[in-house]
Amino acid sequence: MYLLAIDLWFILEKAILIACIIGLSFFIAMYTTYAERKVAGWLQDRHGPNRAGPFGIFQPLADGGKLFFKEEIIPLASNRILFILGPGLAMVTALVTSTVIPWGAPIVTDKGIIPLQVADVDMGILIVFSVVSVGVYGIMIGGWASNNKFSLIAAIRGASQMVSYELPMGLALIAVLFMTGSLKMSEIVANQAANGWHVIYQPLGFIIFFVCALAECNRTPFDLPEAENELNFGYHQEYSSMKLGFYLFAEYINMFISSAVMATLFFGGYDIPFVNEAAWGLEPWLLSLISFSVLMAKIAFFLFVFIWIRWTIPRFRYDQLMNLGWKKLIPLALLNMIISAAVMLWLNK
Amino acid sequence: MNITQILFWFLSVVAIFSALMVITSKNPVYSVLWLIVTFFSISGHYILLNAQFLAIVNIIVYAGAIMVLFLFVIMLMNLNNETEPQKHRWLKMAGAVAGGCLLLVMVAALKDTDIKNQQAMVNEGTIGLIKNLGKELFTTYVVPFEISSILFLSAMVGAVVIGKKE
Repeated sequence: MYLLAIDLWFILEKAILIACIIGLSFFIAMYTTYAERKVAGWLQDRHGPNRAGPFGIFQPLADGGKLFFKEEIIPLASNRILFILGPGLAMVTALVTSTVIPWGAPIVTDKGIIPLQVADVDMGILIVFSVVSVGVYGIMIGGWASNNKFSLIAAIRGASQMVSYELPMGLALIAVLFMTGSLKMSEIVANQAANGWHVIYQPLGFIIFFVCALAECNRTPFDLPEAENELNFGYHQEYSSMKLGFYLFAEYINMFISSAVMATLFFGGYDIPFVNEAAWGLEPWLLSLISFSVLMAKIAFFLFVFIWIRWTIPRFRYDQLMNLGWKKLIPLALLNMIISAAVMLWLNK
Repeated sequence: MNITQILFWFLSVVAIFSALMVITSKNPVYSVLWLIVTFFSISGHYILLNAQFLAIVNIIVYAGAIMVLFLFVIMLMNLNNETEPQKHRWLKMAGAVAGGCLLLVMVAALKDTDIKNQQAMVNEGTIGLIKNLGKELFTTYVVPFEISSILFLSAMVGAVVIGKKE
């Protein structure tokens, strides 16, 4: 079926995949908010939400419904267009990153192979980085358009934090790319399935990457943009109703996506550890389903660690944050890069 | 019209429109945001030429890092219509004449080039892919590449020295 020389089946396949991934992101983000409150309750020796439905599992729906029906306030002195654009941009940049992540083993049918990945492009992981670097604008635009000095300070803090932590993140990644020799996400996963997970060879790289991921998601201990005791409520101070919801929700989607990226880069992606699943001779769709579930389990683990850290570690001071980023993580990442390069050269001579 | 042509026209319209908006917007924050849109559409053109690395780096470096610094400065200075200094009429006219001269020179320069014989390779060629680009940079163009690296390093050292407290 060709129209305008576009393969419509291809478009349809990708559209379905994109819709599924976006739906999945929303669903996971919703239940991460629930998990956050439950884990917080558990760590603080209380029940957590338990009124809406059994064990409170409808709590996210109730929260979402509440946000939808709240009064929507746009401050008079704010910049109306940019005020509305801010949360939308935050949401879009949070969702776009999921395009290059391989969500499971490709489904092999007699008509062809359906990859569970929207775009397996040559640039792979660099696309994630470009979207992360653009993700600053949602916060900056929203903070500036609010016409509130606390919002502006928080937005600038957030932006400088994200720009600073992108550097060690990229440097930590270079050591991984040495091992795969490709930026394609599918090849990064395939390489790990063949040679073992990258976290075994690059433990320091993983730790640096993880710390930077915490900072990029504005999570504790790096949640300076929302430091209540200094900035009231941070960059979304003037926001209400679902616009506030978008900002808060985008943070959880970012957590989900960065967990997926970490699982893909360092923990083998959808690869099942210790076994050779290709030798089982299962139906291809079943194998895809199992590999997808394995990836989801890894992501769930990372999400739990994110939450665990939030309710355990207090917040850094801002100068400590900048010192950690520029004076500790960047030299450490550079060292890690040089050592891995030297070791690889030595082994391959 | 195939998909490449449709995308080309779409991206060109977006690029030119947003570039015009950069210079006609009264609010400098809008100008910066339109400039970001321009960068994105130019990255789209790079992708059409299969220069994927260039496209992504254009977004990471220009849209993601440099424009953030622009926004920092403009937001902190809080420029808006009222505080913008009004230039004298003669100054505006002089600016228009100077800009017109530049346009004339560029048109004259483009008139004699043989653009018609040099068709852009659309959607083909592998030099833009990261492997080939890296090989080229580190073999054929290694000296200019290293020299520009030293330039960047010295710029970085200079920035640190300037930014350092006494």
